[in-house]
Amino acid sequence: MKNLLDFYRTNMKTSFLGTLQYPVAQYFYMIGMMAEPVIYLVVWSTVARAQGGSVGGYTPGAFAAYYIVWTLVRNINIVFTPYGWEWLIRQGQLAALLMRPLHPIHQFISGFAAEKFFVIALWLPLAAFLSFVFKPELHPSLLQMAVFAVAIWGAYLIRTMLLWILGMIGFWTTRVSAIFELYFALELLLSGRLVPLALMPMWVQQTAAYLPFKWAFQFPIEVLVGQMPPGQLFAGLGIQLLWIVVSTALMQVVWRMGIRQFTAVGG
Amino acid sequence: MTEQASVIHVANLSKTYFVPEREAGLGAAIKSLFKRKLKEVKAVEKISFEVRAGEVVGFLGPNGAGKTTTLKMLSGLLYPTGGAGTVLGFTPSKREKDFLRQITLVMGNRNQLQWDIPALDSFELFRAIYGIPQAQFKQTRDEFIELLELKDLVKKPVRNLSLGERMKMEIVGALLHRPKVLFLDEPTIGLDVTMQKRIRTFIAEYNRRYGATVLLTSHYMADVEALCKRVVVIHHGQILHDGDLSGLVEKFSAHKTLGVTVDDGVDLSGYGEVMSKEGSRVILRVLKAETSRVAARLLAEQAVSDLTIEDAPIEDVIERVFASGAPPEPAL
Repeated sequence: MKNLLDFYRTNMKTSFLGTLQYPVAQYFYMIGMMAEPVIYLVVWSTVARAQGGSVGGYTPGAFAAYYIVWTLVRNINIVFTPYGWEWLIRQGQLAALLMRPLHPIHQFISGFAAEKFFVIALWLPLAAFLSFVFKPELHPSLLQMAVFAVAIWGAYLIRTMLLWILGMIGFWTTRVSAIFELYFALELLLSGRLVPLALMPMWVQQTAAYLPFKWAFQFPIEVLVGQMPPGQLFAGLGIQLLWIVVSTALMQVVWRMGIRQFTAVGG
Repeated sequence: MTEQASVIHVANLSKTYFVPEREAGLGAAIKSLFKRKLKEVKAVEKISFEVRAGEVVGFLGPNGAGKTTTLKMLSGLLYPTGGAGTVLGFTPSKREKDFLRQITLVMGNRNQLQWDIPALDSFELFRAIYGIPQAQFKQTRDEFIELLELKDLVKKPVRNLSLGERMKMEIVGALLHRPKVLFLDEPTIGLDVTMQKRIRTFIAEYNRRYGATVLLTSHYMADVEALCKRVVVIHHGQILHDGDLSGLVEKFSAHKTLGVTVDDGVDLSGYGEVMSKEGSRVILRVLKAETSRVAARLLAEQAVSDLTIEDAPIEDVIERVFASGAPPEPAL
């Protein structure tokens, strides 16, 4: 455990140093990503105004809060993608990771987590600019802020595990882009990324509650911008924990099967 | 050779792949959607050998001979389809942490160092990965940096280093945990002669200081000559020779390559077999025993502006032996 903590500390430092090498590129990338939520925000604010000031309980100010927090959650839950997995396998880099006496997932969890600290620093001025333009209605309590601080990392871990599981399909086939696209479409609709789930039909909301996507995206946003009582906040964290445990267990099962396949056919 | 003394023990180790295969063209492509044809490829076929503690063994053969497959099986990256291999008493395919801590696999065309940061930072990461005690880490790191003369380079981002400098850094990173067994797959590939020599000297020094066992593949005869007393020659997955290097050179490398720069148009076919001719540069292949005499004749009879004498690449030498149909020795 002591060694693992040492590794996390060291890898976070190393990855942070790597991230610092291209600050301008990082910033441009982040600004480019802002287009998506700003479009959603403008469209839904216009709809809300056209419908007399709100739609599904969301005023333009509530939409602004939702989509500005969205930008932070989206940046936090950027993790190692299946496309990265394809690269790992095709370029032979996975073989190098397998030679180490450490599960490679630790490298990706700690490496991407380190980058987030830099990302948050870059996000702050952008969030201030968006707030100045769109005037969000956001008045979180201390408890909401504390739960949010935990929930974004919960979201990060859930999405890390899900995309690892998805990426490991690469052990069996080298062309998995179609499956990835299907996954991303489902995630877009069922996570609250495209639109707050409250605006979706009831059956979609009920389905989303039993799937992991919402807990890796909308839940942390709702924690900060919604009106959830403390019990519901903690229950949400509990469900996140459950998804972390389930997805980690599933990741391990697929990992073992995948490694058996990988070592059978060659690295 | 006793069981106790052997660090690598390989008995009838085999690896067979099934590779999809189809004819060219649209019809064959559509057909393959419904019925996939698999071709059996025997990459390694019942090879057996042992390597004693501290030995440096050259593992030779042409591309596709099964060298890398064998190294991957011995380092735990590939699961054998037959036979067995043990390294330091471990079964590699189990990939136990205690096993991985005691070995390293260096592949000349792969890199482990992070591109954008100085190698020193990546070394620190290797320390954490292998749980190397700080004092030992610092001592080993500084010792390797000095041996490979890297002091001025370790603080530069890896992306700013030349290929040879990067390779030296990769080797330092791969050996920081002081592995007892080194699997080196083409560690000097693509490097210039000086850099190859530096890396060879370092490997030899590491072997001497730490008594490490080394299994090395290389297409460069110089690597093998400098490092390996013993060589194992593999082709089509089978061992053709296992023994002293001197025996191998005698057996397989009967020729030398002469590079001669003379006036354009001069016919040198009377001096040996003309392998290639580009402008005024002619490459000749001559019998090893004839080399000095042919070189002297060339210098005396032609207006030679440059003359080099080299061993033929090991791959070419071995290929010639196969092409001439020399009967393979039974696998040992």
